[in-house]
Amino acid sequence: MTDWIEVGVLEDIPCLGARVVRTAVGDIAVFRTAGDEVFALRDACPHKGGPLSQGIVHGKRVTCPLHNWVLELGDGSALAPDVGCTPYYPVKIENGVISLSLQPQSAL
Amino acid sequence: MKEKLVLVGNGMAGVRTLEELLKLAPDKYDITVFGAEPYGNYNRILLSPVLAGEKTIDQIMLNDKQWYADNGITLHCGKEITHIDRRNRKVVAADGTEAAYDYLLLGTGSNPFIIPVPGHDLPGVVTFRDIRDVDLMLDASSKHKHAVVIGGGLLGLEAANGLMLQGMNVTVVHIMDTLMERQLDKESGTMLRKSLEERGMNFYMPAQTVAITGEDRVRGVRFKDGSELYADIVVMAVGIRPNMELAKKSGIHCERGIVVNDTLQTYDPRVYAVGECVQHRGQAYGLVAPLFEQAKVCANHLAHLGYARYEGSVTSTKLKVTGIDLFSAGDFTGDDTTEEIVMKDAARGMYKKIVLKDNRIQGAVMYGDTVDGAWYFQLMRDGTDISAFRDALMFGESHLGDAGHGGQNKAASMSDSMEVCGCNGVCKGTIVKAITDKGLFTLDEVRAHTKASSSCGSCTGLVEQIMASVLGGGYSAAPKEKPLCKCTELTHETVRQTIRSKYFASVAEVMRELNWHTSDGCHSCRPALNYYLLCGWPGQYRDDPQSRFINERAHANIQKDGTYSVVPRMWGGLTTPNELRTIADVVDKFKIPTVKVTGGQRIDLLGVKKEDLPAVWADLNKGGMVSGHAYAKGLRTVKTCVGKEWCRFGTQDSTSMGVLLEKRTWGSWMPHKFKMAVSGCPRNCAEATIKDFGVVAVESGWELHVGGNGGVKIRATDLLCKVTTDAEVEEYCYAFIQFYREDAYYLERTAPWIERVGLEYVKKRVVEDAEGRKVLAQRFLDSQQYAQIDPWQDRASHDVEKHEFIPLKKVG
Ligand SMILES: Cc1cc2nc3c(=O)[nH]c(=O)nc-3n(C[C@H](O)[C@H](O)[C@H](O)COP(=O)(O)OP(=O)(O)OC[C@H]3O[C@@H](n4cnc5c(N)ncnc54)[C@H](O)[C@@H]3O)c2cc1C
Ligand code: HEM
Ligand code: SF4
Ligand code: FES
Repeated sequence: MTDWIEVGVLEDIPCLGARVVRTAVGDIAVFRTAGDEVFALRDACPHKGGPLSQGIVHGKRVTCPLHNWVLELGDGSALAPDVGCTPYYPVKIENGVISLSLQPQSAL
Repeated sequence: MKEKLVLVGNGMAGVRTLEELLKLAPDKYDITVFGAEPYGNYNRILLSPVLAGEKTIDQIMLNDKQWYADNGITLHCGKEITHIDRRNRKVVAADGTEAAYDYLLLGTGSNPFIIPVPGHDLPGVVTFRDIRDVDLMLDASSKHKHAVVIGGGLLGLEAANGLMLQGMNVTVVHIMDTLMERQLDKESGTMLRKSLEERGMNFYMPAQTVAITGEDRVRGVRFKDGSELYADIVVMAVGIRPNMELAKKSGIHCERGIVVNDTLQTYDPRVYAVGECVQHRGQAYGLVAPLFEQAKVCANHLAHLGYARYEGSVTSTKLKVTGIDLFSAGDFTGDDTTEEIVMKDAARGMYKKIVLKDNRIQGAVMYGDTVDGAWYFQLMRDGTDISAFRDALMFGESHLGDAGHGGQNKAASMSDSMEVCGCNGVCKGTIVKAITDKGLFTLDEVRAHTKASSSCGSCTGLVEQIMASVLGGGYSAAPKEKPLCKCTELTHETVRQTIRSKYFASVAEVMRELNWHTSDGCHSCRPALNYYLLCGWPGQYRDDPQSRFINERAHANIQKDGTYSVVPRMWGGLTTPNELRTIADVVDKFKIPTVKVTGGQRIDLLGVKKEDLPAVWADLNKGGMVSGHAYAKGLRTVKTCVGKEWCRFGTQDSTSMGVLLEKRTWGSWMPHKFKMAVSGCPRNCAEATIKDFGVVAVESGWELHVGGNGGVKIRATDLLCKVTTDAEVEEYCYAFIQFYREDAYYLERTAPWIERVGLEYVKKRVVEDAEGRKVLAQRFLDSQQYAQIDPWQDRASHDVEKHEFIPLKKVG
């Protein structure tokens, strides 16, 4: 069984933007795309730990603010030719309310 | 049902077209490929190093059979197509295999030309075109001793060099008295011959072959004057002919090649053709760079996007013989309308010739020292007017103030462990390996795979040289007109003009109307569009924070640990006890770890947590301080010296002038960061001559300097003009800034902008046209009324963008 934790409503996150959820085990970046999909990744780039929540969101991807790696929001994997991935967290939206599972998943 | 695409010819141009097509429309077609050769697709140009024993066949494979499988492509290896049934739209192979098509792509390459002399079909006569030929030559070299290569062009010399390195005794026979006469002039051709002779190659030229002798296999070669040479193998490398038999037989219009239009379409609209088999605007190409340009355009049309055009290519050549540096491009023969600049140092084995017409490069030949080949080629393709640096042209790019990199601009002599890209720590060996292992051809690809030249770009020339030395003329030089980013084919210029002429009002509208390939752009184009809109419609356009890089969204500079730095403005570098006290209090209160005096004459508070930013700003605001925009593509600082008020040398009040300029210009957004300085006399203690706009006081008034910067590529300013009054300094300053804002591309600083458009162009608008200058200056001041709002105060006291600074939620 997944434990879902409510973190806020869709409107809390700017369109094509991100917000941070603070947890005991580190920050989670929660992204909203142009199509109002929501994704969550650990807020640390696989390259050198850059805060992905501060990046530019485009399509279903985010560009890390430190050295421009581009990561897939869906599974946290880096776009080729860069190699690496960051854990992602399952997200669900019900009636506009966003919930996360705090169980990190990995594309690897 | 998907449409069917059939490719005939599993070679470099055809497969590259498929790769480009898969990028644009991965699911559009069912693709079938027929290749006469029994392999996947390989890098033909690296056959020379294979023959020379410097590489193996495995190392030159571009797409193995797995690649075809992964992309759902049906590959028929070793099957030659012998018939095209255009009426029923299908192709038929020699073994009877058939495939139907909706679209047909021909990439049949070319055939080596065989001189039809008696004996040309004897065993032991080989050409140099594919893996089979290389195998034949390698086999012969292990059994025999004497090789004759007919043809003293690029291919012949590479074959001769390879066979020589395999231990054979090689003689090159050439019909002309100069080697590579289509690429080299007499002088450089002679130097090339000399250094090849020193390596042990023999030459027999000029000489016309009339027969190849021997009974059951080659024994020798006979010439017109009756003389003969002994030979165990003869390599024919006298040129290539577009392979158009198949097309011709099926009634597709051919002349010297398969005739195509600017979309690479043949006279049959269902049939496209790319590569060496093609004749475009009367021209056939035999190097990969132009073929790859064709591939890109052809893919665009096969994907039914329909806007790309191929308009022909300018090519350059390099010889891939390790240790010999030779470069040639364009028309180097010249006539009575051209001028020549020649430099020769026979002892060093160095020769350079540049042919100019109306101060533009027409062609270049270089031997021995080809460091600047890529640079000359670029100047030639861009049609750059070189009069401004004609005196230094011969000495190369490193003599044009590219400080710090000049000394080591020599790719060929670098060892593998030497660093090429200082920003990303990439060595030469890494780049060479990526080019050969990954099959890279363009600068963009090398950037993506190695990160070399992807940051400051100062090593771009060096990387291009390395590419040229590994790939010969085969690498694709950066396109002349660069698209804004990968989401569009359009240039900065076009996008910007269209925004104005069509009154586009939002980033989304621009992307929609101009057919962006992506749904909402990328980190490169969104900030650029946001800027163009902001600059174009001041007061009307609403800034899009999500299209800004984090620093401009958070109004602070992100640091490597995710904290931020805060730099309040200190007008003209002046401060007061009150300001200093405020800063000290803030540092104590928020436990800010580092306080540093910046190079821009103000104070930097480093290591501030993001959540603390609004509170830090509130306190600074209370002390009368506002954002210094140290994070902005916009006005940063105005450095000043103490000037006349104190200094015994001062001629004007430079400090007050600096404060005035900063008060008027702060807050403005620009294509890139913009720095100013004002010095009180020519001793120039404020370093005004390496600023975007520098003011230097003289007895009679002020000198205005533009286009300088420090950084990786230091550039001293150009003198714009001299003025007498303070009011003039202001007007010129605002006009210059506004012109830069409206004319430069996003992320182009004043230095490269001025180098691109020329100082004359700037002077014409800002100095010579008094009326225009006033209009520009006024437009700047008008737009400033919307820009001069302290973003810190907005966020600290009016809750603007509040969500930016607080976590969505805290869990646990
Ligand atoms: C030794 C050597 C060195 C070179 N060095 C350089 C260099 O340094 N720089 C540079 O820019 N260029 C170089 N070139 C030239 C470059 O390799 C060619 O320009 C390029 O490969 C041409 O690509 P293409 O796709 O048109 O033809 P190819 O790569 O020749 O591909 C055509 C393919 O089509 C197949 N084919 C033909 N007819 C049929 C048919 N009816 N049915 C099925 N298959 C068919 C052929 O077998 C072949 O595999 C070199 C070439 C050689 C041979
Ligand atoms: C040509 C000879 C030069 C002379 C005679 C000269 C003289 C001076 C003097 C007298 C001052 C002190 C002003 C004061 O605070 O009372 C000064 C300040 C300064 N000089 Fe120079 N200078 C010279 C060249 C340079 C150069 C080449 C640089 C840097 C590239 C430079 C950088 C500075 C700086 C940064 C200051 C501090 C300015 C300030 O306090 O605002 N000087 N100079
Ligand atoms: S630039 Fe001239 S006026 Fe200014 S501090 Fe230096 S010496 Fe004095
Ligand atoms: S830390 Fe993300 S790109 Fe370097």
